[in-house]
Amino acid sequence: MAKVTVDGIEIEVPNGFTVLQAAEAAGKEIPRFCYHERLSIAGNCRMCLVEIEKMPKPVASCGQPVGEGMVIFTDTEKVRQARRNVMEFLLINHPLDCPICDQGGECDLQDEAMGYGRDHSRYLENKRAVTDKNFGPLVKTVMTRCIQCTRCVRFLSEVAGVPELGATSRGETMEITNYVERGLTSELSGNIIDLCPVGALTAKPYAFVARTWELRKTDSIDVFDAVGTNIRIDSRGGEVLRILPRINDAVNEEWLADKSRFALDGLKRKRLDRPWIRVAGKLQPASWDSALAALAARIASAAPSRIGAIAGNLCDAESMMALKDLMTALGSHNLDCRQDGTALDASQREFYLFNTTIEGIDEADAVLFVGVDPRREAPVLNARLRRRWVENLNFVAGMIGRKTDVTYACTHLGDDGAALRAMLDPEHEFTKKLAAAKKPMMIIGQQALARLDGAAVFAACWQIAGAADMLAADWHGFNVLHNAAARVGGLDLGFVPQEGGKDVAAMLNGGVDVLWLLGADELDMTKIPPETFVIYQGHHGDRGAARADLILPGAAYTEKPGTYVNTEGRAQLAQRAIFPPGEAREDWTIIRAASAALGKPLPYNDIEALRRRMIKVSPVFGAPDVVRRIAHADGAKPAGDVAHLTDAPFTPAFETYYQTDPISRASPTMAKCATEIPAPLQRAAE
Amino acid sequence: MARLGMTRLGVRLDRTARSFLLLEILSGMAITLRYFFKPKATLNYPYEKNAISPRFKGEHALRRYPNGEERCIACKLCEAICPAQAITIEAEPRADGSRRTTRYDIDMTKCIYCGLCEEACPVDAIVEGPNFEFATETREELLYDKAKLLDNGDRWEPELAKRLELDAPYR
Repeated sequence: MAKVTVDGIEIEVPNGFTVLQAAEAAGKEIPRFCYHERLSIAGNCRMCLVEIEKMPKPVASCGQPVGEGMVIFTDTEKVRQARRNVMEFLLINHPLDCPICDQGGECDLQDEAMGYGRDHSRYLENKRAVTDKNFGPLVKTVMTRCIQCTRCVRFLSEVAGVPELGATSRGETMEITNYVERGLTSELSGNIIDLCPVGALTAKPYAFVARTWELRKTDSIDVFDAVGTNIRIDSRGGEVLRILPRINDAVNEEWLADKSRFALDGLKRKRLDRPWIRVAGKLQPASWDSALAALAARIASAAPSRIGAIAGNLCDAESMMALKDLMTALGSHNLDCRQDGTALDASQREFYLFNTTIEGIDEADAVLFVGVDPRREAPVLNARLRRRWVENLNFVAGMIGRKTDVTYACTHLGDDGAALRAMLDPEHEFTKKLAAAKKPMMIIGQQALARLDGAAVFAACWQIAGAADMLAADWHGFNVLHNAAARVGGLDLGFVPQEGGKDVAAMLNGGVDVLWLLGADELDMTKIPPETFVIYQGHHGDRGAARADLILPGAAYTEKPGTYVNTEGRAQLAQRAIFPPGEAREDWTIIRAASAALGKPLPYNDIEALRRRMIKVSPVFGAPDVVRRIAHADGAKPAGDVAHLTDAPFTPAFETYYQTDPISRASPTMAKCATEIPAPLQRAAE
Repeated sequence: MARLGMTRLGVRLDRTARSFLLLEILSGMAITLRYFFKPKATLNYPYEKNAISPRFKGEHALRRYPNGEERCIACKLCEAICPAQAITIEAEPRADGSRRTTRYDIDMTKCIYCGLCEEACPVDAIVEGPNFEFATETREELLYDKAKLLDNGDRWEPELAKRLELDAPYR
């Protein structure tokens, strides 16, 4: 610890602290453009100058380590004059186009210029102009506005692990560029828009759409992957215009994946805004009354064991709870939330959670991926793994599955079941590495469990984990990485076949006469026999709606309050930002209305009562935003048998990152990304 | 004070004499006669109009550059400053990539003619012109859209330019 004095305040800070961090600890605000607490220090904007006793000149505080007994002044006349001069230099080449700049209103340079800028320019020469670069369909560039803080360069090379940006030339002619005219290929590229302190990098789909002061901000949770990224939805007059990340150090830090950020234009297209009933093979618009009457009539005529329900990837826990209670009331045991058919065992939480927790990644020193592409299935989580690799020289990663570039060194161990079986041998090279590691972890993807021999894959992984000491009392290194926001919530609520109930495969193949699809679109609809009556409840006219005999229009995640449980078992609440379009309603209310039409009304009339019911089913819902690391329960053993493991290759969960669900498939921006963004070079694994 | 000394009979006689001699009417007519020869204060509107200041805040107009390009860049500062929230703007990139409005509405029934929009505008696009004769028969006609405002601008441009020029030294 070092004792320093900041503007007369004596504080003790750790030795590695910089002067800027010490000043912040003392509650002093220091202007900065290039410094960012999650990136390396560049020290090139010079805005953070402070005065330090016994130093002849003002010092850039972001790069100056504290020393014992340092006396720091952050607000003297000399400091202010120095910052004013820096600001004048920065503004020499910055165009005064704030009125047409999308950053206007939330611009660091604009804000600081209010404090340190002159009211007029003394610069009479021609200003610098820079040609705009092509950063792909998501990031718009106006490079003349760039103040060369290099935050974007540092983010892409350090956090995203895709060193595609750099600077050419020096001094006034310095330019940020991607060298070749090719868009960025990172799944995290949208974050450079937030990082840019000026308007050089702005969001292309959001160009000129709105001003920051017009927007209503709503806290919510992202549903495009199972990480549970905390987001802020910016809306104006019933329209979602922008999605930004919120800071949550335990989950997403302050990053957001591109699909989550830019798929929002899909929320306005292909929406189901009224009920539809299929009459003589054609869907006809209907009223809620007639739709519910048709539903009640069809369900009443079916035997309870011939009614089934499948929950999809984007459902909130509330609607799944309501549907489960309705099915129970009807006497049906046919429920499943694992629409991809994964062999997930819902009997114990440690069998389906990311047990290490996302924060736990920061302690790990070895990781084995089985049938998962972390970069595409959970980009934000992958950035955390990458940071661990950067910080810890001994960090080793291995992958069984399709060879891909995860943005850090990762040994490719094979792509099929045989490779996994080889890992069971304690003499296997990577098995030895795992055993030697202090805190090894294993991440299993959904595609590994969706195979026919999924249970065997799970058992094999469990055995490898046990052998590598991952199932210790103080370290649970066995992780299932989900890629659907609804999945863990569904498993926590027990939305799985009850005794004697049918699972997804059985329900699809003619096991039921009435099939209720709650936002389930990632199914092979061709398997459903034509005589099965399909009720589709959801928000987009996608695969499910195309097959449906009855469509109940629901709300998308921005349009309903909901609870989502992320892959590590953290329940998080999302607020409603806007109202659903047209006749569409919040999903749990639709199910509540259907239960009344069926003469079996569910015992809750408002969302609070429903949430109390959820807490009764699983205490997880009673403690939002809390995650407890569960210790491995002794004797817990999955049901599968390793002997059934086949040599089939592991397939990736999805081929294109940008179009994986009804919302992103309806989004023109995502369609553009899918065609324009080149597939990342299959570099990686050596 | 003299009256205080008068008897009640004296007061009565005095009042009677004044009414019979029409003294009040004569003094009133004298004033009328005086004003008859003075210059008139009223105007014969609509055939006559008063001079107005260059800062007069009348009907709004959207101006163009001399080459015909509309000035408005959709910065939305007028929308933000408008105390009556009478302005509604929507924008998107035009085909050439420039920032332009797709919608610029002013609800003239909400507008309080404070002139803050004109003051906020960085490109002198929205201005309040000299025209105050825009009464309409229906309320809907007072909900101005972009076409109407640009049309106003084209119609009044010489006057608007002159006014801005006259006011320029004080801005």
